[in-house]
This record gives sequence, structure tokens and C-alpha cells, in this order.
Amino acid sequence: MAEAIENTVREFIAENFLFRADAAVANNQSLLETGVMDSTGVLELIAFLEQTYGITVADNEIVPENLDSIDNVTRYLSAKLAAA
Amino acid sequence: MRIEARLRDSARRFGEKTALAAGAVRLTYAELDAQSDRLAAGLIRAGVRPGDRVLTVLDNGHEAVLSFFGVWKAGATPCPLYPAIKAEKLAGILESTEASAVITQARQRATIETAASLTKVRPILIVAQAGPGEENGDALRFETLVAQKAQGPLSELTNDEALALLIHTSGSTGRPKGVMLTHANVSAACEAVVSYLGNTADDVVLNVLPLSFGYGITQVVTMVMAGGTLVLERSFAFPRKILERLAEVRATGFPLVPPMAALITGMKDLEPDFLPHLRYITSAAAAMPPAFTERLRQLFPATQLFLMYGQTECLRATYLPPEEISRRPLSVGRAIPGTKAFVIDEDGLPAPPGTIGELVVEGPHVMPGYWGNGLTSVQALAPIADGRRLNTGDLFRADEDGFLYFISRRDDIIKTRGEKVSPQEVERALYALPGIREAVAGGVDDPVFGQAIRAYVVLEDGATLTEREIIRHCAGRLEDYMVPKSVEFRDTLPRTTTGKIRLGAGETNEIERENVA
Repeated sequence: MAEAIENTVREFIAENFLFRADAAVANNQSLLETGVMDSTGVLELIAFLEQTYGITVADNEIVPENLDSIDNVTRYLSAKLAAA
Repeated sequence: MRIEARLRDSARRFGEKTALAAGAVRLTYAELDAQSDRLAAGLIRAGVRPGDRVLTVLDNGHEAVLSFFGVWKAGATPCPLYPAIKAEKLAGILESTEASAVITQARQRATIETAASLTKVRPILIVAQAGPGEENGDALRFETLVAQKAQGPLSELTNDEALALLIHTSGSTGRPKGVMLTHANVSAACEAVVSYLGNTADDVVLNVLPLSFGYGITQVVTMVMAGGTLVLERSFAFPRKILERLAEVRATGFPLVPPMAALITGMKDLEPDFLPHLRYITSAAAAMPPAFTERLRQLFPATQLFLMYGQTECLRATYLPPEEISRRPLSVGRAIPGTKAFVIDEDGLPAPPGTIGELVVEGPHVMPGYWGNGLTSVQALAPIADGRRLNTGDLFRADEDGFLYFISRRDDIIKTRGEKVSPQEVERALYALPGIREAVAGGVDDPVFGQAIRAYVVLEDGATLTEREIIRHCAGRLEDYMVPKSVEFRDTLPRTTTGKIRLGAGETNEIERENVA
């Protein structure tokens, strides 16, 4: 399942954010520090995750450890879905 | 007094005190002073001359602060640019400013080189954060300049009418305008701010606002003037982290804009009074919705909330004393100390209370003009006895006690996320997309952004562009805050007899203006 999540997240990022950056982004790279995602982008990513996976991202889950790289999003989402 | 003299002064008084904390870097006043001296000496060795313009394209970090002071100490003018700037726009600014140097970080280097290749300007390139193995070519390493010992003392500069800042803002023509601010302008504005906020050496200000805009830059200058500590963060993308950081550094001051207030007030699990050290919050750049104000006052009962208004052309114009906020939650207050701000009518005479007119700002903080445009060619400016008079182009009204209320822009400039955006600049990006026949950009009222940008487009026959495709195209050409939030497809954009595109019925904001296509 993690692989499917990773692909979906990667696709969303490529389609919505990558035109902002020059290079592709590695799975463990910070999306903020590489300029791929800005603060509005974080909100777009959250809306996408909530819609696509039917989850609610709690205020205290909006942290870089959960959302600031493809790896982190995959890990966070896998745990969230497993707990659901 | 020139601004770098204020740093020398604070270094003498508060040498071992922390001036700046950014990421893992912490600089005392003595270190900030010494390192910016070395940077200045390095810039001079590299060929930067007094009066030159130096562009900076940097995220919030110690490099940005060192660059301001280093460039000032070299007698040159920093021209801070938003780091997400696109090559084409940067090329225009390189040409118009004839910058002798650009200070940037490794991530933006390619953009700078692309921009320079579009022009005849060949600036010295100084790159921060380049990896150890990275080929540096002709570029100088920022870290090397800051580490190299200076040959001798820098010459003392005294001209406070010299340009301290060249800040680019949207012009009504769609081309960016360079707002020129002298050392005297910046000092006057920032001294007024320090006095009404009551800043002292005990203050710790946490700033997430970009150091490429006036509101962010005033945080740097006011903290140096007061001898306080500036803590820099790059963005408010993860609000919870910033709230934790505010507690960790025991911040006493927190400047924000309404979209940040929206995120904070939207959090459900915050305990009131969780930041007991926070002495004040400031808000500028757009009107604060009263519901946010109320929630902020619940969450931060011991914190003073200052609602303020300014323009790049004078940095700061008005503030509302916190004790007035419950009586006048929609007001941005009155003129900052040592200046005037009042509403005029169509004839240029002071307007009576309640009458809507243009806001005029007078004082020593008002800019001498736009770059490349002499004072005489700027209609909005006039010299007065103490400083200058600026016609802001913003419509206001005053109440019986002289407190001011923002109504709207007089021209078609959109104010979104606190930034001015020229519809023409957005429209130029739209017209560059094959398939779009006609386009107009406008602002629609938005509780968080002030206004949100909406594109109205007519497609060519057979074109199948989607909203997302259009937004994505714009995001590739415009800084993020200029990108339309929504797209509305139309069969036609109705024109008036004079050829103006007119969008009427159904829109929150009526848009009527020249189509520049």
C-alpha cells in the first residue's frame, strides 16, 4: 500500500507543484526548502490528502515530520490509514 | 543617521547580546557587525562601488541580514527580491537597475544565470550555501567573503540621503516599479515604529515575513535600533512549529498578516494564554477581519494587538493604539509619530469625517521617488517642509476622532495577501498561453487574502484549457502570490464603447478598465 500512496503523492506533487521548481525532487528532500511547495501548497496538499483518502488532518499533524517530503507523507498516511 | 551606524551603535552597547537567530546560526551584535564589515570589504574588493545597486535573492536567513548591512557598509543599495522570482522578471530588474552584483543562494543560481543571459548586464555573482564539491565557475562564495579578514578599516559613510533600499512593487502599468527609500526615510519610519511598539533591548521578535518586502525589512531595522533579538523563520507553512518556536525563544513580538491570523484562529486545540511572554502582535498589509481580532484577543489575553497600515513608498503610515481596538476594530488608526496621514477630497482639500477620499501621507519617511523616474515625473509625490507628501492611491475615510478606515484601491491594482498585484502583469502571463483569446484579471473579496485573484478568460475556438492548466501555466511565470486562485470561463468579455473590458453583474467587485491586449 505504501508504494501506491507514494505514487499518488508523487503524481500530485509533480502535477501541482513541480512547475515551480527546476529539478525533480527526491523522496527524502524537503519540499519547502527546495522551493517545490510554499505555505499555500501545504494547504493544497492537505486538502488533496483529505479528499483522496477520506481522512482528517488534525491541526497538530500539520508538521514537517508528516508533510514535508514524499517519504514523510507516505509514512504519515500509511500510519493514518492503518489506524482508521 | 545611516542604518549601518545603528548597528555599530548597538554592537558597542550590546556586543555580546544575541542579535540574530536563524536556523542553527546565532550571531551576537559584535559578530553581526564584524561579519558584515568583512562582507562589505569583500564586495568592495570584488568591484562593488558606492552608489551601486546589489540585488539579493535570498530566503529568510542570516545571509539576508548580513547582506543588507554588508551592502550598506559598502555604500551601495540593496535591492531585495522575493526568492521565487522568475528569470524573465529578474532580467528586467537587472537591466533597469544595472546591478553590479547579485547575492543569492545555490538553489536560485540557475535562475539568476538565465536572467543575466537575457541581458547585457554582467553582475558579480555571490552564491551562499553552495555544496563543497559544487563547481563555482565565476561566482564568489558568500561564506568566503564573510570569513576573509579585511585589509583595513572601511571608510565611514555619512550621507543619509543616499539610497538605503530599492524595493520593487507592482505598478499600474504592469511593470515593476522600484521604490527608492533613503537611509533617512528608513530611519524615520523605523524610529516611529520602535517608539509606538515600545521596543527595547529586551525584545525578541520572531519574523516569518519575507525580507524582500517592507514589513519584513522593518523587523530587521527596528530590532537593530532597539538592540533586541531577531529570530528568523522561513515561512508560516507549518504554523504549529512557529507557535512552538515562539514559546521556545520567549518571543515578545510577532508580526503577522491576516492569512497567518486565519490559520492560528482556525486551530481548535489551543489553550488561551499559551504564550505568556508575547508582549505584542502586529498586523499589516490587509484589513484584519474582526472575528480574527476577537479570537486573537482570547488566545493572547496579555498581548497587545497593533493593527497597522503602510505602503512600500513610506514603509509604515498608520497604526491603531491597542486600547482603541474594541471601539474601532475596523480602523487602521492614525499617523505614526512624527508624520501626518489624512483623507483629501476630489479638490485636494482635507475631507470631512465620513467622506471617502484618497489617503495622503506626509513626513520624513516618504520616498523621494521611483527608480528611473525623477521626482518631478511622479505625480503622486510633492515636497513639503518636513519631508514629502505621498498620494497613496488608496481610498479611506476618517471617523469623527480622525481614525482612518481603508475602503479600497483607487486604481485597478489588486491587493492580495497584503501585496499589490497589477492585473496587467497577470494578464500578460495569461495571454502567453496558446488557446486564450481574451483575458482579464481582477480581485474578488476574500476573507483571508483581502482580495483573491480571479482570471476571466475567453478561449479560442476549439481550445480545451482547464482551470488547473491555466493556473499551472501562471504559476510557471508569476511569483506565487500573483497566481490566480480561480478561473472563470466566459463566452465574451463585454466591452464598453471606449473598448474597455467590463465585468459587471454577478461579480463582487466590478472591474472596468482598459484591455491592454
